Amino acid sequence: MSTFKNSEGAVIVDRMIVVIQENKQFLSDIDGLIGDGDHGVNMNKGFTMCREELDNTPGNLAFSALSLSKILIMKIGGSMGPLYGKMFRGFAKELEGKEEIDIHAMAAALEAMLSSVQSISPAKPGDKTLIDTLSPAVAAFKTAASEGKEFEVALDEMKSAAISGRDSTRDMVAQLGRASRLGERSRGVLDAGASSCCLILETLADTTKELLES
Amino acid sequence: MQKFINDPSLVVDEMLQGYVNAHPDLVSHTENDRVLKYKHAPVEGKVGIVTGGGSGHKPAFVGYIGKNMCDAVAVGEIFTSPPAQMFLDAIKAADSGKGVAILYGNYAGDNMNVSMAMEEAEDEGIRVKKVVANDDVPSAPLSEREKRRGVAGEILMWKVGGARAAMGASLDEVIAASQKAIDNTRSIGVGLSGCTIPDVGHPNFSVDPGKMEVGIGHHGEPGIEVADLETAAEVARRMVDVVLPDLPFEKEDEVVLLLSGLGSTPVMELYILYRDVIAKLEEKGLRVYLSYVGNYFTSLEMAGATLTLMKLDEELKQCIDYEADSVGLRQFQRNIH
Repeated sequence: MSTFKNSEGAVIVDRMIVVIQENKQFLSDIDGLIGDGDHGVNMNKGFTMCREELDNTPGNLAFSALSLSKILIMKIGGSMGPLYGKMFRGFAKELEGKEEIDIHAMAAALEAMLSSVQSISPAKPGDKTLIDTLSPAVAAFKTAASEGKEFEVALDEMKSAAISGRDSTRDMVAQLGRASRLGERSRGVLDAGASSCCLILETLADTTKELLES
Repeated sequence: MQKFINDPSLVVDEMLQGYVNAHPDLVSHTENDRVLKYKHAPVEGKVGIVTGGGSGHKPAFVGYIGKNMCDAVAVGEIFTSPPAQMFLDAIKAADSGKGVAILYGNYAGDNMNVSMAMEEAEDEGIRVKKVVANDDVPSAPLSEREKRRGVAGEILMWKVGGARAAMGASLDEVIAASQKAIDNTRSIGVGLSGCTIPDVGHPNFSVDPGKMEVGIGHHGEPGIEVADLETAAEVARRMVDVVLPDLPFEKEDEVVLLLSGLGSTPVMELYILYRDVIAKLEEKGLRVYLSYVGNYFTSLEMAGATLTLMKLDEELKQCIDYEADSVGLRQFQRNIH
């Protein structure tokens, strides 16, 4: 059965930091269409602070994700700081103490990401939020795992579900958050949170696959 | 942008630097440069009063730091909730050992960041409780009152909570009085123009000439309807007709009336609107105990006004009459009732 080591998994968080830094402008630009245009700036601020923290105090995947979580919760503010902070906290807590991470551990960690976000946010699928990316992605991974599919296949299916989830927000009218002020005017553009969540999950899938191959 | 700014990304920090220098007798910096406190906080033997929220609402929130008002305030980016660390540092700055009441408005980000800060504070042994203001009537139906946003009614909540704390009340008593204050308070806004977050550079929405947005929120959240602009008397009637039945306010009720501009509406117009609001209230048999008219809770340079009414009982009257000294609200002890 394919697994990877928690001790080698910190590269997943490293890559997430890079992808957020590279997409700072893109995320702010799409946020600017229906929000206040600071999503990329705030995400980049939090993930970059985490880079500095991990350079000083490196660790395994669970540790890195927990460091990211603490910074997002305590330092970033708005709604995205606590939402992503909780998401990574759930992920980290589920993986803490595990030496090897297999498909079932990953399924549990993804499930914890979703339930942690839902513990502080009333957002439902269809509200035009990051839940529209996260919820179908987690469901796709869990389904693949329960059907006995390979770890790599489950990751691919999670990634595809994340992308189509993100794309589904284009035709939605925002029900929560700043964009909900625009009502019908929020239709026609991607949700910024759903987009950043997709980048994070795509990076999780791609990097995990590399770890499984090595 | 027709604005007095240097760097659009530094407006909050530069504003705070100016603010503390302008009011050294009332406020001071803390170790966290986004947390300001009352110069004498923590006040020995007094429950601490903390609030916070996004910037752009001057004089809220820092303007209500002062004697018998708020002890410490967490200051977010424009229209963005401060992170949990700032709320936590504000709680610490306000705590004299008697506990801290955190009194803030119902917004998703603030709810999450406050609740995380409260968990951390409790872990550090500080007693902390909260009241969440939800006075904005048009933001959700009465049956879903817990979804309503907090607007200018927050000021009356701070006034009551701050006074009750200054009288020596326990944390539970301060929380109960503040909750009663907001439960007895209802608001409605009418917007006449949008506003521009400096770092965004363009208005976040617009109100067409000759129109008004009835029920608008403090960040431009859509209201009940976009209608043709009416006379002040007709606008006053609309506002009163939304606010009164919701509590409901009834004949013989004594009320505090707060009429706040949203930023760029001349105070002259506020007094015209005030004249028409009190005429409507008198028609309904309500008695105005005390009025506040001015720019108390704004939304950058939005044009428009928020009407807030609070129904009084003996305890709330005593709190409203209590001496207060802050930049946004300054009054001598009143000995009226």
